[in-house]
Amino acid sequence: MYRYDEIDREIVDARTAEFREQVQARLSGALTEDEFKPLRLMNGVYLQLHAYMLRVAIPYGVLSSEQLRTLAHIARTYDRGYGHFTTRQNIQFNWPKLVDIPDVLDQLAGVEMHAIQTSGNTIRNTTTDPFAGAADDEIADPRPWCELIRQWSTVHPEFTWLPRKFKIAVTGSPEDRAAIGVHDIGLKLVAKDAGEIGFEVHVGGGQGRTPRIAAKIRDYLPANELLAYLTAVLRVYNLAGRRDNLYKARIKILVESMGADAFTQAVETTYRDIRGRELALPAEEIERVSSYFVPPPAGAPDEAPSNDRAFLTWREVNVKPHKVAGRAIVVIALKPYGKAPGDATAEQMEAIADLADRYGRSEIRVTKEQNLVLPHVEAAALPSVYEGLKAIGLATANAGRPSDIVACPGLDYCNLANARSIPIAQAISEALEAAGLDEKAGEVTIKISGCINACGHHHIANIGLLGVDKKGEEVYQLTLGGIADGDAAIGKIAGPGLSANDAIDAVVTCVQVFADRAELGETFIDTLTRLGHEPFKEAVYGA
Amino acid sequence: MKVITANRLADGRVVYFTAEKGWSENPDDAVRLSEADADATLTLASGDVLTVVGPYLIEVDSSADTFRPAGRKHVRETIRQTGPSAGSTRALEGV
Ligand code: SF4
Repeated sequence: MYRYDEIDREIVDARTAEFREQVQARLSGALTEDEFKPLRLMNGVYLQLHAYMLRVAIPYGVLSSEQLRTLAHIARTYDRGYGHFTTRQNIQFNWPKLVDIPDVLDQLAGVEMHAIQTSGNTIRNTTTDPFAGAADDEIADPRPWCELIRQWSTVHPEFTWLPRKFKIAVTGSPEDRAAIGVHDIGLKLVAKDAGEIGFEVHVGGGQGRTPRIAAKIRDYLPANELLAYLTAVLRVYNLAGRRDNLYKARIKILVESMGADAFTQAVETTYRDIRGRELALPAEEIERVSSYFVPPPAGAPDEAPSNDRAFLTWREVNVKPHKVAGRAIVVIALKPYGKAPGDATAEQMEAIADLADRYGRSEIRVTKEQNLVLPHVEAAALPSVYEGLKAIGLATANAGRPSDIVACPGLDYCNLANARSIPIAQAISEALEAAGLDEKAGEVTIKISGCINACGHHHIANIGLLGVDKKGEEVYQLTLGGIADGDAAIGKIAGPGLSANDAIDAVVTCVQVFADRAELGETFIDTLTRLGHEPFKEAVYGA
Repeated sequence: MKVITANRLADGRVVYFTAEKGWSENPDDAVRLSEADADATLTLASGDVLTVVGPYLIEVDSSADTFRPAGRKHVRETIRQTGPSAGSTRALEGV
């Protein structure tokens, strides 16, 4: 893992000390709420329905066991014993007191963590493939590039007051697991014949009110020119993006209004002026950063035979192939049946940190599906890891299965919500379990957002639910056919809004239709493409 | 009827404006206001910037000892009043 240098440490320490003073100033009345609010938001502190919420950045979703233990400690000491992992590969604490948050930030700084740029119109935490550095289909490890983006974008003076927030995702594998198509900038590592690597650049994707799939604006960018090119994109956006209308301020609207060709031309013109100069990354610097991300050594293979059916199922569903012999990727689905998606208790976090130390090179990843991953487990240790997870109730074999549901906090916590997400997810999960649909149905994604901000990624769910407010009542819109990764697609609204109970039934019905009518090996999208939307709509809404 | 609610500055918790011109976490302590009194009382309550953040009026159905949020925001205000309806908090608090 990357270690902070002096500059990082100074920035974080200075910001933590500054925020402590700002909190004091607010409490004493030296700062008004209007003055304080933007300052707290810049430090990841939101005010939600019941309490403050602290969003902590997990750079590109990579955590050390020591960091996870600190998060557990914060959960236990300053929160209500749990944390909520988000679709942005971050963690949120739902109950900290404002007066305690400076202490929390101190504890985070002690393990090289912070909440800087988790809010506001800045470049947010870069997200990437949770299997980075481990995936067997990887062209190159995206983490060094994410780290270089992190260093470049942290308190970047030119890009601290953008028209709107800005999200970058990087994938290093042809099988995109980072949803690059729905990010402001999506970067895909590609290799030339000579083995040289570079980036395919996509710009203008996003979810929210106006979901858009990013346009590809460059087939190949030499890797060492990454920061110059990102600067060019951000500079064009910063100057031409709209600031008069919150809903039209994201780069996707700019790309659309200029047209992808004109936008590309503007970027290329800006890039021509700055390329090859101080932003070009020296080979030594790329090498220095990359040296923190070396692959693990080969491990002992998993040779012990097992008759434990539950273990074998879990291994088949939750364990993914690793690029290094004798290693495996373990997905810890934070989706026990009937529980809130993405929540982990302090005890669970500590137990996972212990498992990472004993069997997985002390590393943990957070996924946009609100799961955790042990990326480098020694294959021979899989039974022990399974037992360890079983002991904390996290050995459900449902990673990527129907009950691996994504849900935003929704109206149970969020100030912007129209409707609840968590209880809907819990009820769907229970119904799927009762109907045995995790076993009967193939690959399908279910995602729920409590409002059009789409933090629950419903637009890119195979089966999505969006909470809307209809004259004070919670109503849910069902969408079908969204795709998060690879050939990203926005789901289409299936029919009229549904009550909470009908929405739960509708999702389960769609999974049932899929299970009944799928041909061998088909994913939900395959079946939907072959049959069309009608059979699903008919099952939900009647003929 | 109306009630004034806000979040407490120091810890963000949901509080209600009381008849004693203070704030309480207990919804039963909330002063019920008629339409005629609501705005003036809100102005008074909003002056308390060192105790609370963002006071506002909510519509309620009031009974002798308590109230139930009413109107368009009734689901939101019920969740604020009684806590998250689902998820880990409820599960943990039940333990
Ligand atoms: S989608 Fe809406 S309700 Fe859900 S967390 Fe985001 S802003 Fe809140």
